[in-house]
Amino acid sequence: MYSYNDFDEAFVRERVAQFTSQVERRIDGSLTEDEFKPLRLMNGLYLQLHAYMLRVAIPYGTLNPNQMRQLAHIAETWDKGYGHFTTRQNIQYNWPLLKDVPAMLSALADVGMHAIQTSGNTIRNVTSDHFAAAAADEIEDPRPYAELLRQWSTDHPEFQFLPRKFKIAVTGSPNDRAVVKAHDIGLRMIRRGDEVGFEVLVGGGLGRTPMIGQVVRDFLPKEDLLPYCEAIVSVYNLLGRRDNKYKARIKITVHENGLDEIKRQVEQRFAEIRPTFHGHDQDLLDDIRAAFAPPAFRNAETTAHDQFYAADPVYRSWADTNLTEHRNAQYSIVTISIKKHGETPGDATAHQMRVMADLAERYGHSELRISHEQNVILPHVHKSDLPAVHAALVQAGLGTANVGLISDIIACPGMDYCALATARSIPVAQEIATRFDELKLEHEVGPLKIKISGCINACGHHHVGHIGILGLDRAGVENYQITLGGDGTETAVIGERAGPGFAYDEIVLAIERLVHAYLEHRTEPTETFLQTYRRLGLAPFKAALYPAEGEKDAA
Amino acid sequence: MSRKYIPKVVTANALLEGDVIYLTADDRWTREHHEAELIEDEAHAQLRLLHAAAQKGTVVGAYLADAKPGANGPEPIHFREVFRTRGPSNYAHGKQVGEQPGPRHY
Ligand code: HEM
Ligand code: SF4
Repeated sequence: MYSYNDFDEAFVRERVAQFTSQVERRIDGSLTEDEFKPLRLMNGLYLQLHAYMLRVAIPYGTLNPNQMRQLAHIAETWDKGYGHFTTRQNIQYNWPLLKDVPAMLSALADVGMHAIQTSGNTIRNVTSDHFAAAAADEIEDPRPYAELLRQWSTDHPEFQFLPRKFKIAVTGSPNDRAVVKAHDIGLRMIRRGDEVGFEVLVGGGLGRTPMIGQVVRDFLPKEDLLPYCEAIVSVYNLLGRRDNKYKARIKITVHENGLDEIKRQVEQRFAEIRPTFHGHDQDLLDDIRAAFAPPAFRNAETTAHDQFYAADPVYRSWADTNLTEHRNAQYSIVTISIKKHGETPGDATAHQMRVMADLAERYGHSELRISHEQNVILPHVHKSDLPAVHAALVQAGLGTANVGLISDIIACPGMDYCALATARSIPVAQEIATRFDELKLEHEVGPLKIKISGCINACGHHHVGHIGILGLDRAGVENYQITLGGDGTETAVIGERAGPGFAYDEIVLAIERLVHAYLEHRTEPTETFLQTYRRLGLAPFKAALYPAEGEKDAA
Repeated sequence: MSRKYIPKVVTANALLEGDVIYLTADDRWTREHHEAELIEDEAHAQLRLLHAAAQKGTVVGAYLADAKPGANGPEPIHFREVFRTRGPSNYAHGKQVGEQPGPRHY
């Protein structure tokens, strides 16, 4: 796996030293909050409702066991013993004291991690497919490209003050697990004849004006990646609006100028800068690639898995939902659910982090991934080791068999932590999961993605949930709006608003009615919620959500 | 007729700990909402806010929040302010258990 080069190491240490002195000067009063705020945000430090929050980048979601152990150590030493994994492949600590943050950053630097560019109008943590280098459907590991982009964008002098934040996602598979169409730049690896390159999308984003990215270049040779991305960001840097923060994202730039005009300007800029790239980036890419060499896969019997699968219904249920096909037929990709019914989506305790680190080391070729769906992945586990992994996970409260099901909910921190929130999202997720567990329905319901945000910023991806829930403040009361039919994959769609919102104590029942409507209307158990919705449209679901109105109409 | 002024408290986050604090009538910062000064006059509220915001070495992001009189002192009105007096709903952390930010003492 990739580890820091000397330049990275020196840069991160220098930033920690700078920030240490900035914190000292803030505490002794020589810096005001107005002066300090941009500095702390540059280092991932927010002030939320009840405390500071430190956001740490996990580039393309990849961690090694020592890094995971260090995250556990930080959680215990300076926070309240847990961390929150987010949709942006970050981890957030919710309770640091200001004076402790430099020590936390220093502890992160010890394992090659940092919180730089996790905030501010910069190019943020580059995200990627959490099944990278393991998925059976993959063309090529996207992470070397993500790492190249990370190095290029980190501290890039031209791009520290963009009109607004800028998010890039890369996938190497035709099945998009990285929601690339909802990013400022989305990169999808594709094959054309014998050649591999990228389809480049631009102008996707959620938030108050959700938009699906559009194709700005249908085939980009791989070696043109950096100059082409640089061309996009530099056109945006000039054209992007700085007068109105709500119109500053590139999606609005594309919308206002038109895709053709953006295309023209990007190609023009690309033609100018392409000759200035002399292949140094390609040498770098070769070095990076070497660091992502596949592990030495084991060759052994897989009968242990088959026997457990046949004999143990609990194991079978977990295997059915939490395992994904690996490119090596003797291996599986294990998704560890951080969504135990009734618990906070994405929260892991220090103990759980250590258990996962140990399992990765012992059975998983020392690799861990964080998914945008707020779960943890062991990408390479030999099938003979799966029963042991499962047993250890169950003991640590990590054995929940619900990946991809209704209780595998994405939820942003909402008004339990976030200062921008208009309503809570975590307890809504907890209650939906608990309810469907009681009903023992979720395996029958099958694949169904619920995503919840606590305000229109849409950090919980609600627009691309099959069922999306948006928490709002309606005249001083929490109110939850439902969207239906959203999709965050290669067939991305923004969900449709179902109608008036529901009160906090009505939302779980409303979801239950939706699910019953689905069960009633599906043609057969293999027709998923999303397929049923696509076939029938909003009407039957609307009728289920608002039964009283149907009666009124009939009367 | 002009609308009746909704009483206010001055609230902020503490610079060092980051937790929620309220300004008292005798110019202290308290962690308890009910000890805050309930301000019933708009002009006075502005003065108190200026006084609070000037304490740049102690507090961050001071603002006026709606409040109402209660049996033990001022009570919050909006649910956001109610949550700020308690802490998150998913864990027994924060004010609801008399705990401050920073590590737990096991
Ligand atoms: C202190 C907490 C947070 C703050 C202040 C915050 C702020 C924001 C804001 C202002 C936006 C809207 C940007 C725009 O439309 O231009 C946004 C979008 C977003 N945030 Fe957050 N966020 C927070 C936490 C999180 C967390 C915990 C996650 C991951 C779970 C996250 C992931 C995202 C995503 C995925 C989007 C939408 C994609 C897009 O940028 O269009 N954020 N956030
Ligand atoms: S969606 Fe809103 S409430 Fe949720 S984390 Fe983002 S900014 Fe906060």
